[in-house]
Amino acid sequence: MTTIPLEAYLVISTLMFFTGVYGFLARRNMLTILMSLELMLNAADINFAAFNRYLYPGQQDGMFFTLFAIGIAAAETAVAIAIIINIYRNLTNISVDEVNKMKF
Amino acid sequence: MSFTVIIVVLPFLMFLFLGLMDSKLKPAVAGLLGTIGLATVTVLSYITAFLYFFQVGKVDDVWQPITALNFNWLQVTEKLHIDLGVLLDPISVMMLVVISTVSLMVHIYSLGYMHGEKGFQRYYALLSLFTFSMLGLVVATNIFQMYIFWELVGVSSYSLIGFYYTKPSAVAASKKAFIVTRFADMFFLIGILVLSYYTGTFSFEELCNPAGPVLGTTIGDTFMGWSVVSWAMMLIFMGGAGKSAMLPFHIWLPDAMEGPTPVSALIHAATMVVAGVFLVARFFPVYYFGAPEVLTIISYIGAVTALFAAVIACTQTDIKRVLAFSTISQIAFMITALGVSNYGGEHGLGYMASMFHLFTHAFFKALLFLGAGAVIHAVHSNEMKDMGGLRKFLPITNITFLIACLSIAGIPPFSGFFSKDEIMVAAFEKDKIIFGILYFTAGLTAFYMFRLYYRIFWGERNKHYHHTPHEGGLNALTIPLIFLALLTLVTGFIPFGEFVSSNGEPFEAHFNWLVASLSVGVGVVGIVIATVMYLKKNSKPATMAKALSPLYKASFNKFWFDEAWLFATKQIVFARISKPIAWFDRHIVDGFMNALSSSTNWISRKIKFVQSGEIQDYALIFFVGALAIAAMVIFL
Amino acid sequence: MGEQIVFYVLAILIVVFSILSVTSRRILRAATYLLFVLIGTAGLYLMLGYQFLAAVQIAVYAGGIMVLYIFSILLTSHAGDKAERVSWKRQVPAIGAATVGLAFCAHIIYYNIKRVADLDLFNAPTMQEIGTNLMGTSKNQYVLPFEAISILLLACIVGAIMIARKR
Repeated sequence: MTTIPLEAYLVISTLMFFTGVYGFLARRNMLTILMSLELMLNAADINFAAFNRYLYPGQQDGMFFTLFAIGIAAAETAVAIAIIINIYRNLTNISVDEVNKMKF
Repeated sequence: MSFTVIIVVLPFLMFLFLGLMDSKLKPAVAGLLGTIGLATVTVLSYITAFLYFFQVGKVDDVWQPITALNFNWLQVTEKLHIDLGVLLDPISVMMLVVISTVSLMVHIYSLGYMHGEKGFQRYYALLSLFTFSMLGLVVATNIFQMYIFWELVGVSSYSLIGFYYTKPSAVAASKKAFIVTRFADMFFLIGILVLSYYTGTFSFEELCNPAGPVLGTTIGDTFMGWSVVSWAMMLIFMGGAGKSAMLPFHIWLPDAMEGPTPVSALIHAATMVVAGVFLVARFFPVYYFGAPEVLTIISYIGAVTALFAAVIACTQTDIKRVLAFSTISQIAFMITALGVSNYGGEHGLGYMASMFHLFTHAFFKALLFLGAGAVIHAVHSNEMKDMGGLRKFLPITNITFLIACLSIAGIPPFSGFFSKDEIMVAAFEKDKIIFGILYFTAGLTAFYMFRLYYRIFWGERNKHYHHTPHEGGLNALTIPLIFLALLTLVTGFIPFGEFVSSNGEPFEAHFNWLVASLSVGVGVVGIVIATVMYLKKNSKPATMAKALSPLYKASFNKFWFDEAWLFATKQIVFARISKPIAWFDRHIVDGFMNALSSSTNWISRKIKFVQSGEIQDYALIFFVGALAIAAMVIFL
Repeated sequence: MGEQIVFYVLAILIVVFSILSVTSRRILRAATYLLFVLIGTAGLYLMLGYQFLAAVQIAVYAGGIMVLYIFSILLTSHAGDKAERVSWKRQVPAIGAATVGLAFCAHIIYYNIKRVADLDLFNAPTMQEIGTNLMGTSKNQYVLPFEAISILLLACIVGAIMIARKR
């Protein structure tokens, strides 16, 4: 018997997601942008788990999806950080303002 | 008789060969090849004439048209198709003989006249092209094939008039010739299209058969009082008038004298300019039965042109110009003869006379031009004032020129008398006014031709010759003259009516003593007046010019026709019509396209800032877009 | 009752720390706050009954990824640096976008609030079940994504090494 409604989880994940959106659009350091990205991913994962628990309790699709999402997030973070380190080596600076050469 | 297609094709092959090989051939070789090719064509034409007129042509005492070759080239609609073929009937075979003979004479003559000129091979190639086009024109089985070759003739004429393409006057003259004839050809084409639309056929056999499907049934449509056939034939005649230099399209012919003299002899005296006459003759049954009012108009235009050109020729001082106006006048004679002709055997006297005059005129006019060429070659000038007393230095030229002048003046027993007399008889029987005009013009003809003759060969010798003019005896320049003179002497005696007549029935033209003596008389009067004025140098010409001063000035300035046309084109067409259209094209049509491109540029300059290079801007747009799509999907 | 208290604690923890993480001006602190958020998320998974998921979350995310972040932060910046204030020109669109999105999602949640069924038959998956499902090949079983992910991880390892190696 659960006394916590589904919407509660959804509210949390929504707040977390849009905090991540704000962070992505407002921050200057590339690493902090990546961290906001992690926030967004985690919010989506909570959504998956919550829906699976409340709407399809007999199946585990949501859990496995979350599992794989975590794995992929890890891989993607690794590559992103490698790129950032490369940028740092060339520019000694990891502000997004510096990497705007692909423009008109 | 299908070997006759070689007559048409051989000059074309020669043109291709000489044209492509150009400077790889030595000039002498090119000239020889061209001449040999044409000699072959001439022999074949004579054989064709012999076979046609003496063996296969006459069936049941009527000359039949023989289609030697006809193949369907282009199918336009189910009924209408454009063929290419060879049609042999009395006038086309006669034209084959004329064209090939004169062309051969010109080829031989040019071996000497154009010797050493730059572009000798190109000249012979173009001569072959012209001969091909003209031959194709006269043997055409349908009006469209004739039109194709008509245009080809125009192109060859343009190329040959502008042969000395480094001379601005030659370039201008060739352009003028081409544009004026092309302008007339526009009407020709409209006429062809109207005719074929209403009759459903291009072919001469169907169109010209008086009992056939076209003329036998009346085509009922009318437009503004005239039937469509009349309109079509009027338009077609206007095309012919352009090519044959009738008023008011005659302006190109005097200027066309900028070309080499043998070219003038071939194209602008004997062959191309008679294409209009040939066209009317070819269509004669349609004119007579379908559009008789147009025939009347034709005869009046012809008569006026003849008089007009003769008046101008009396005052010109460039000998080639005099001959050019003389050509205009004589062709007008031929056209008038067709205009006053009736149909059928004896009644078609005008038709026969016109063709007879075409035949004889080709030879003596070519002779006159080639003789003038010999004179120009000896004296290095075209103007009469640089000549005089040449009879001692150029004997052969003198005699042959005299023979030609007597012929054109209509003195028996030369050929011109016979043909011109028949024209006079035909005019006398049809319309006395036209007879009167032609009569007076015949007198003028005699007068100005002998004025020309005396000014060149008699009178005092010009003291300022650079070197003594000489002839050189029998050579490439003089042999054609002698041959053409012989023809002029002989061809008058051909009983032409036995061979050529408006409906194929041979007839014997009887001699009208009244008209004959009248015409001889007026010719003699003209010669006498010219002798009195020009045999020895005196002041009578100057006094007469001053007495008739306004007429003299008008005649000398060619009645200001060139200026009138120039005014019409420049001030009216160019300024009022072409300029606004050009402005519209440049500013609105082009302007629209330019505006499209410049506005695209402007827009892109304004929106390129979307591609800012900032990752977060892209992310924002991405996010907003995703939100929008989600909203659309959920709420719509 | 106890559940609800735990839940609210976790919720507040997550929300507060996530906001702090995106607004903090010192990078290392932002990373630390993120770590707390991740741990809170693992707690949420536990509440939902997915123990394995919670364990994986801690092990991979909190343990692996955050360590990676800390390393790279230390590599690329002075840890005590204070970042500059974000300019207003940049904040406005960000806040705007976030707010609009929030409103949109809130509307949807609110609109559907009564439609969600409250099902009770739930068994927390055992490790056997998870293992069989992860390695199985029949319907609803995930060996294919598993293998795909392993290849992805291999590619990422190789890629990361290639990009970041010393020249």
